[in-house]
Amino acid sequence: MSSVLYDAPGPRARRNSMIGTVVAGAVLLGLAVLVVVQLGNNGQLDGAKWGPIYNPGNPYFVATWLRLLTGLLVTLETAAITLVLALAIGTLLVILRITSSRAFRWIVVTIVEGLRGLPVIVTIFFAARVLPEFGVSMPPLWYVVVGLTAYNCVIIAEIIRSGINALPRGQAEAAYAVGMSRLQVLRLILLPQAFRLMLPALISQLVVIVKDTSLGFVVFGYSDFVREANTVIQFFGGQLKINFPLQMFLTVALVFILINYGLGKLAEYINRRGSRGPKRPAGTTADTAVLVEAGVHGTAATGGGTGAA
Amino acid sequence: MDALIAEFPRFFAGFLGTLRICLFAGVGALILGTFMATFRVSPVPPLRWLGLAWVTIFRNSPLAVVLFLFAFGLPQVGVIFPSFQNNAFFWPGVASLVCYTAAFVCEAVRSGINSVAPGQAEAARAVGLTFTQTLSAVVLPQAIRTVVPPLGSVMIAMIKNSAIVGAFGVTGELFSVDSGNTALGYSALSSLTGVAIAYLVITIPAGLLLGVIERKIEVKR
Repeated sequence: MSSVLYDAPGPRARRNSMIGTVVAGAVLLGLAVLVVVQLGNNGQLDGAKWGPIYNPGNPYFVATWLRLLTGLLVTLETAAITLVLALAIGTLLVILRITSSRAFRWIVVTIVEGLRGLPVIVTIFFAARVLPEFGVSMPPLWYVVVGLTAYNCVIIAEIIRSGINALPRGQAEAAYAVGMSRLQVLRLILLPQAFRLMLPALISQLVVIVKDTSLGFVVFGYSDFVREANTVIQFFGGQLKINFPLQMFLTVALVFILINYGLGKLAEYINRRGSRGPKRPAGTTADTAVLVEAGVHGTAATGGGTGAA
Repeated sequence: MDALIAEFPRFFAGFLGTLRICLFAGVGALILGTFMATFRVSPVPPLRWLGLAWVTIFRNSPLAVVLFLFAFGLPQVGVIFPSFQNNAFFWPGVASLVCYTAAFVCEAVRSGINSVAPGQAEAARAVGLTFTQTLSAVVLPQAIRTVVPPLGSVMIAMIKNSAIVGAFGVTGELFSVDSGNTALGYSALSSLTGVAIAYLVITIPAGLLLGVIERKIEVKR
């Protein structure tokens, strides 16, 4: 492991790290054994608790997974609609913010800063509870979509804006020089490049959206993956006296991890491929992904941009 | 806005409740996350795997699912959290926030350490500084500058995420103030606006402060 912190190890360092490996390995193995023993002592390794999820021969296997997959479809549907809407509105916000006069711009800035500071669960709850008070009634999925979009469109707007800021200034200057209008410069020169540049960050934001669909549990009647998992748990606990919240939630987590890990790898791949290209300005790093997932706050998101400009 | 004024004490109590959860979770996540980051850059493979596994698992699962797992899954294996002021979900909530946020802290710290140019440490070793000297006088002072902004973002995100713990049934927290208000017959608009404002009172100044700190410590290259 080459690192900033140490040189290539010599014989003594290699021996030390070998000892460390054995000790740490033994401790971790011991912990793993402890977990398994603890699971066994509490009857959690019982086939009846894992069978409905992992044993295709189990009589409930098909019904359980049909239910879960229905929920997973709702989750993916929510995430997909949210992504499309948030991209569209986010781009619109960026255009408004850049092209509007100063007197008008602060309205956009206020909207962006305000929505960015709210927990997503509050925006979802806002959509689900306040919209009906004004007589707007929608299917439950759309309340979740509205709440998620309200938050994510401003995040996406900030991602795109930091992408635009990261572009070499000559791009816009050259476009203005040949007589393009502000809107033309944005549409033809800056936005296409900013999208390409920030694609990894946008995919990381998709991971956040997929995760945040699970917050739909505050919306009555929204049956996503997590809600369906809860329903299955309750059914088994009530009807069959099989209690398996641990097994079920581990499965739910595993499915989310697989989906999001895949998306993360995709973002990494695009990032690597993109950084090979000749036109990539220095200063935008893969770590934008970390910032984005953390919810992009302060001027952190523009850090890469301001460095390059 | 009737609920806002009439129920101000409740909002304020919820505000403090949120701060309390965030204080516990923030300290825990910083400690655990820093440990995980040290694991991830350590020369010992099993520790590196542990760090990587932690980050992969907690960064990719929704906090709500982690919370469900901690609150309903763990009691099945005999891990029962004590209740906090008659609130059974407080400690599971804090624990899930800690584990979840630690993954992001870990990544922020690690990328900070990696952002220090290798030449810096090499030069330090070349002039004869020991490992501790290299770390404390050369690498860490530079790493901290790059770590603080993303770490601040992670903490602000954690404050927002604490609302999920409230939605889950930890009363005496900001988000939970709303359900109490609704029970009293206030409109959702007035009550939720109050909740939203209270969060913004925390997150917007925190974001501004972070921006100031960021400019202060920015490395001029």
